[in-house]
Amino acid sequence: MNPANYIYLSAILFSLGAVGVLVRRNVIVVFMCVELMLNASNLAFVAFARQHGNLDGQVIAFFVMVVAAAEVVVGLAIVMTIFRTRRSASVDEANLLKY
Amino acid sequence: MTSLLSLVDTTGNTGETIVFWVCAIVAVVGALGMLLSHRAVHSALFIASTMIALAVLYVSLAAPFLGMTQIVVYTGAVMMLFLFVLMIVGVDSADSLVETIKGQRVAAILFGLAFAALLLAGIGSATFDVQGLDTANTIDGGNVQGIAHLIFGRYVLAFEVTSALLITAALGAMVLAHRERHTPRPTQRERSEERVRSGYPQNLPGPGVYALHNAVGTPALLPDGTPTDLSVPEPLRGVSAAVGVDHKDTARVVTLASGGAVGPADDEGTES
Repeated sequence: MNPANYIYLSAILFSLGAVGVLVRRNVIVVFMCVELMLNASNLAFVAFARQHGNLDGQVIAFFVMVVAAAEVVVGLAIVMTIFRTRRSASVDEANLLKY
Repeated sequence: MTSLLSLVDTTGNTGETIVFWVCAIVAVVGALGMLLSHRAVHSALFIASTMIALAVLYVSLAAPFLGMTQIVVYTGAVMMLFLFVLMIVGVDSADSLVETIKGQRVAAILFGLAFAALLLAGIGSATFDVQGLDTANTIDGGNVQGIAHLIFGRYVLAFEVTSALLITAALGAMVLAHRERHTPRPTQRERSEERVRSGYPQNLPGPGVYALHNAVGTPALLPDGTPTDLSVPEPLRGVSAAVGVDHKDTARVVTLASGGAVGPADDEGTES
């Protein structure tokens, strides 16, 4: 199979995630789109690791997963804090960092 | 189908080709579904399917360790966290369809198409030759051993920094989710004194007390026939204040309570 197909799929998923970040208003869905973009880049890393014949790409993808997990934990905690004060999960509502 | 496979198959590995196309379709459909569904829960389920498809792709890309990690970390931990927060924030919170910036949605879709075209054109003009991971995966005795050799060898500093990051993230989440108590917790004595001082120390009336319907939202009727809001739970007060109170019947009760005589109840009238 053409090895570029994996990279094509990764590019399509990344673009869909980017459009989602720009279009969606629910902050949790925006977060999911960011996760999709991270996953797409992970796919590119793993595909490139196989093309170059070493495991460094897989290690980088592993680190990306770790950072994504940490990011989700902090991000969702921030979402909870904002929801507690503003009673809304829309990105339009959070236009002030305080209050 | 075989002609389509031979069209894209240059190495003759048919199994991988089938796995790729199945998983690619599932992944793209999942991503599109996440993008287009209005309910956040549906988006979460769609992206979970995308992540599982990606895990299968990792396994077929000779990265079984990453495939398992993808399933455990993403579908196991991250998506459960997402669903958990969704349940707290409100499952029904549908996306608002109002455009706050005029023309932003069209501009965003155009940007996405242009970005995808740019990426795909760039990839299309590149040449790929696959070396394969067979030697790299067997040199240390397996994929997991090879990755472990790299993580605890060349990337050991990044690995240690990662542990610091995880601790910081856990602490940050605890600090952010912690709610400071501004007032000291009331003791049992303070609560009982507060109750006596409120002027209504006894139990509130149950919903069925003299009411015409045995529903929680129906206000109870006092012995003189007037409805009281006290039996209705706090969130329902005002919403269903007059619902279920038949004023014809309450008038009958008031007449009876004041010693007057009333005729037999007309059953068809109370149903309205």
